[in-house]
Amino acid sequence: MSARVPCAILGSGNIGTDLMYKLMRSPWLEPAAMVGIDPASDGLRRAAAEGLAVSAEGADWIVEHPEHCQFVFEATSAKAHAANAPRFAEAGLQSIDLTPAKLGPGVVPVVNLDSHWSAPDVNMITCGGQATIPMVAAVASVCDVAYAEIVATISSLSAGPGTRQSIDEFTRTTARGLEEIGGAERGKAIIILNPADPPIMMRDTVFCAIPDDADRDAIVAAVTAMRDRVAEYVPGYRLRTDPVFDEGRVALFVEVEGAADYLPAYAGNLDIMTAAAVKVGEVLAEKRAASRTVLA
Amino acid sequence: MSGLTIVDATLRDGSHAKRHRISVEETIAVVGALDRAGVPVIEVSHGDGLGGSSFTYGFSATDEYELIAAAVRTAQRARIAVLLLPGVGTKDDLVRARDLGAQVVRVATHCTEADISPSHLALARELGFTAAGFLMMAHMSTPEALAGQAAIMADAGAQVVYVTDSAGALIPEQVHARVSALREALPDDVAVGFHGHQNLSLGIGNSLAAAAAGATWIDGCTCGLGAGAGNAPTELLTAAFDKAGVPTGVDPIAMMDVAEDVVRPMLDRPQVIDRASLVLGYAGVYSSFLLHAERAAERFGVSAADVLMEAGRRKAVGGQEDLLIDIAAELATA
Repeated sequence: MSARVPCAILGSGNIGTDLMYKLMRSPWLEPAAMVGIDPASDGLRRAAAEGLAVSAEGADWIVEHPEHCQFVFEATSAKAHAANAPRFAEAGLQSIDLTPAKLGPGVVPVVNLDSHWSAPDVNMITCGGQATIPMVAAVASVCDVAYAEIVATISSLSAGPGTRQSIDEFTRTTARGLEEIGGAERGKAIIILNPADPPIMMRDTVFCAIPDDADRDAIVAAVTAMRDRVAEYVPGYRLRTDPVFDEGRVALFVEVEGAADYLPAYAGNLDIMTAAAVKVGEVLAEKRAASRTVLA
Repeated sequence: MSGLTIVDATLRDGSHAKRHRISVEETIAVVGALDRAGVPVIEVSHGDGLGGSSFTYGFSATDEYELIAAAVRTAQRARIAVLLLPGVGTKDDLVRARDLGAQVVRVATHCTEADISPSHLALARELGFTAAGFLMMAHMSTPEALAGQAAIMADAGAQVVYVTDSAGALIPEQVHARVSALREALPDDVAVGFHGHQNLSLGIGNSLAAAAAGATWIDGCTCGLGAGAGNAPTELLTAAFDKAGVPTGVDPIAMMDVAEDVVRPMLDRPQVIDRASLVLGYAGVYSSFLLHAERAAERFGVSAADVLMEAGRRKAVGGQEDLLIDIAAELATA
């Protein structure tokens, strides 16, 4: 195996900090730097304690230190990534975008990563998208899905300021992902924040409109197999009940328990994003290493 | 006491009770009659706000934008309002509603989540709307916390902030305390509103308490047509405020006619407080869960009241209608 690819995490909030702990375990990727804008943030303090280079100078620092930042995991807001992305591209850095900015192709590791491993900016869509698009893709592998709708319910504590400011981008980007990656003809996404204490586990309900003569057993089999594949990188990913079939539709109830790397286990919405982003980074690093070997 | 602004939400909250099947003809009839009675603001949207048409909340039989356009065409004096829940609808919906001629928008969040609303409120102001913030499920927050959330909405541009008793779970003293806290915390040029439901039969009493504490925007639905046991009936609000000597600009006699002749014939079922809707108020559950809980309960052969009690125990918030299927399925296997 070649040396681990140095990565920078831009954004020292909930997602960036959770991501750091997962990257520390990666055989392919090395978290080299964490960059934020608030020198007092908990994320930067933890990154310093783990021995990463830290800076509160934001994107400027990244482009000035490309040696630490071959891959940039952006965990800020959609607006911030839209401003930063051209600068990273110019500096020849790979963006793995965890905001719903959706500048580059959206990727879901178990569904479409193979098509996009050479894109300079890949987008992780949203936590709701990572949790639900695989399920829509599973149903769509069996029958036509004329319409897919998802409701992502997350605990208030796990939704930081970036998520809260990007709520419209969340619904739009997730809906597009249901269509472009999940394979639904039309998609709709809804997000609900629930402040209950103790915090609720991330829940995602997936409705797919299906033909009356759809093969229900095949749908159940496809959905179950997909659950297992997602659970390989998000161990807390599960179905709460069996698929519920009603006239013209199937409803799936997903729950995501987090690995509690940063926030406690209720924050499965962080895990599914960060775990998927690490998986994407690893595959990109691996494929590029392989392609370099072939070229050499 | 200065005058109140009565907002009639029959064509929005009533959408829940009508399973989102309000027609263009009904819209024209209701808007025309309310307008003639002097109601200054009339809300028209899917029950769960713009973009609410869905599996989760129920599909609209008629596109809500067609209803909004019909309402705007019909109203001579009244302004047409729309509801937007960030997370369900988006800013694109606001632009579309404005282009059709809506003039007032209510941006609704759960009572602790006001910070998902600033960009929507700011855009609403930019588009020339009168913008109101709608703090839903207000019983789940203390007066002080609610006032803090109201300040976030006011800072973002809200000209009115509502104490929204979505579960019909508040009693008059609690309404008074919440409205007073908002009144104290907000600048003088930001009005306080109240939106009441009938689940504990307190919609009117709570509205009187709200007005006594300084609320000047009061919501009702004609015949109470709305989620759960229904809303504070507009015809009762107008009559009660008239007797209290609080001017509303709405003609109480004309409102009685609107209720009896125009809206009552639209009711799919009487707006009464039965066991399930009483549970909403008692357990503090979002009123529009009622019909969804009944449907899920029937599907899985369990009791709707049990489903709603469990939703209350899990502290479900507005918009979590999908949870009811999940709960009913779980109760069925328990």
